[in-house]
Amino acid sequence: MTQTIDTKTVKHVAFLVRLGISKEEAQKFSGQFSSIIDYFNMLNEVDTDNVPPASDIANAENVLREDVVQPSMSREEFLKNAPKSERGYVKVPTVLGDE
Amino acid sequence: MQLHNLTIREASEMLAQKQISSVELTQAMLDRIHDIDTKVKSYVTVTDDLALEQARKADERIAKGEKVTPLTGIPFAMKDCISTRGVRTTCSSKILENYVPQYNATVTNKIADAGAVLVGKTNMDEFGMGSSCENSAFFNTHNPWNLDHVPGGSSGGSAAAMSASLATFTIGEDTGGSVRMPAGFCNVTGIKPTYGRVSRYGLIALVSSFDSIGPMTRDAYDCATVLEAIAGHDPHDSTTYNSPVPNYTANINKPVKGMKLGIPKEYFVAGMEAGVESALQESIRQFEKLGMEIHEVSLPHTKYGLPVYYLLLFAEASANLARMDGTRFGLSVSDGAKDVIDIYLKTRHEGFGDEVKRRIMLGAYALSAGYYDAYYLKAQKVRTLLRRDFETAFASVDLLLAPTCPTTAFKLGEKTSDPLEMYLSDIYVVATNPAGVPAIALPAGFSNNMPVGMQLIGKHLDESTLFQVAHAYQQVTDWHKQQPSL
Repeated sequence: MTQTIDTKTVKHVAFLVRLGISKEEAQKFSGQFSSIIDYFNMLNEVDTDNVPPASDIANAENVLREDVVQPSMSREEFLKNAPKSERGYVKVPTVLGDE
Repeated sequence: MQLHNLTIREASEMLAQKQISSVELTQAMLDRIHDIDTKVKSYVTVTDDLALEQARKADERIAKGEKVTPLTGIPFAMKDCISTRGVRTTCSSKILENYVPQYNATVTNKIADAGAVLVGKTNMDEFGMGSSCENSAFFNTHNPWNLDHVPGGSSGGSAAAMSASLATFTIGEDTGGSVRMPAGFCNVTGIKPTYGRVSRYGLIALVSSFDSIGPMTRDAYDCATVLEAIAGHDPHDSTTYNSPVPNYTANINKPVKGMKLGIPKEYFVAGMEAGVESALQESIRQFEKLGMEIHEVSLPHTKYGLPVYYLLLFAEASANLARMDGTRFGLSVSDGAKDVIDIYLKTRHEGFGDEVKRRIMLGAYALSAGYYDAYYLKAQKVRTLLRRDFETAFASVDLLLAPTCPTTAFKLGEKTSDPLEMYLSDIYVVATNPAGVPAIALPAGFSNNMPVGMQLIGKHLDESTLFQVAHAYQQVTDWHKQQPSL
């Protein structure tokens, strides 16, 4: 089955991952995505009835530890990489709307 | 004898006997980097001052005879996705171009404790997404065997630096072949350890359930030496195994006679370059001469490894890269941004290259309502079948042999216009990561003057067997000793 991923869908998924995208890029990616997804559809050939999805690969169990305060990075050190900071906080524009 | 060509083992002996100092060895390596790397371009950052300071400390340790390990005083390079405190760590991405971590990865700490000397950080495909190193946002790395060809990816810088003798060992990271595929292209030895054998703390994640940090070296003995130093449980990474790390080097000379080597028939099919196939067949005869039993086995779901690997990668990577948002660290494009969403959109548009954009969008697609069952869940189910393939095979054999790539290193620019074509070059290396099993890549000969790589795939936590067999092979062949002329 051939599946086309149109530019509208490309723009939608770009917004889902918070990625700005131009019209030209959306067009280019649309063609590429269609051929990639088309190839991946070969998984439909595999019978997976009664096959559980893999959930972990190291046969890991939950690891618990005592909830004890440990030394951590200082606020000053942490903020070294922040593009903008003010009074010990990371500064960003408005996050919540007016409503 | 030239200092840059020494193995870890040789250099370590000479340091112990005080025939050379770490400062001499490190300076020789730095001089060579400044001379040769203008052609190869394997390093993103060279840490001259830090390296010489660490080398002086190593020399003091050796002089006092305190806490000396086989890595004390040995110059090495680290893939640029592993955090190094105070040293820029870019993932070869514009979005992290000026990012300087405030903490070390566990691997960085372990190597520093062992006394090795960091000479620099190596180029890679952006965030590990690529098979040729051409997705670096900064520049292409060239294959030392022919500068018109790619070194492979994504650890292309680590492989090329090793191959061109620009470090005594390098550290790579393998999410779906990113150590083994470039090791094969560049004629070096490299291991993808069992998932959970080496801590991922401080590794900038690509696919959290696949990522495996592993060394790249001149031979299997050195590879065992480095893995011994970096493996082990880490309270910062709860997926690491608690079981003790074996003494790989002490066991490496154990005989391989009578071991059962499986040849998966699905890996030896049409499409393989003739010279690659003949090199592999010759290697199989070598293993037979070493007294190993050769058995054909089947891994029936092999061809589904590629779509399973890529679908799960897209999904996990799209989530992992959400943290690159221009607010707490890294590039931030806020000019004219009216709200925080605008910063995300602009920063990520400008900061990510095309391959990263493709993969995170495809990840969102595979996880989105209506497609989750068809893609993500389906891939996780077929992943179970891939794992079972390996379990079934390992019920009858001790390890498996396969090529690392159907061809030798391709030319720069040859596959950049078609993303799917580039993905297909990973076909032999991707299945191990969804299954979590270890695999070592080693030189297996040449085809048209370019190196051919093979890999030995082992049972979970059975790196010892891989090192033994690789070491036995390297005692009777000298492919791994061949070096490019630069």
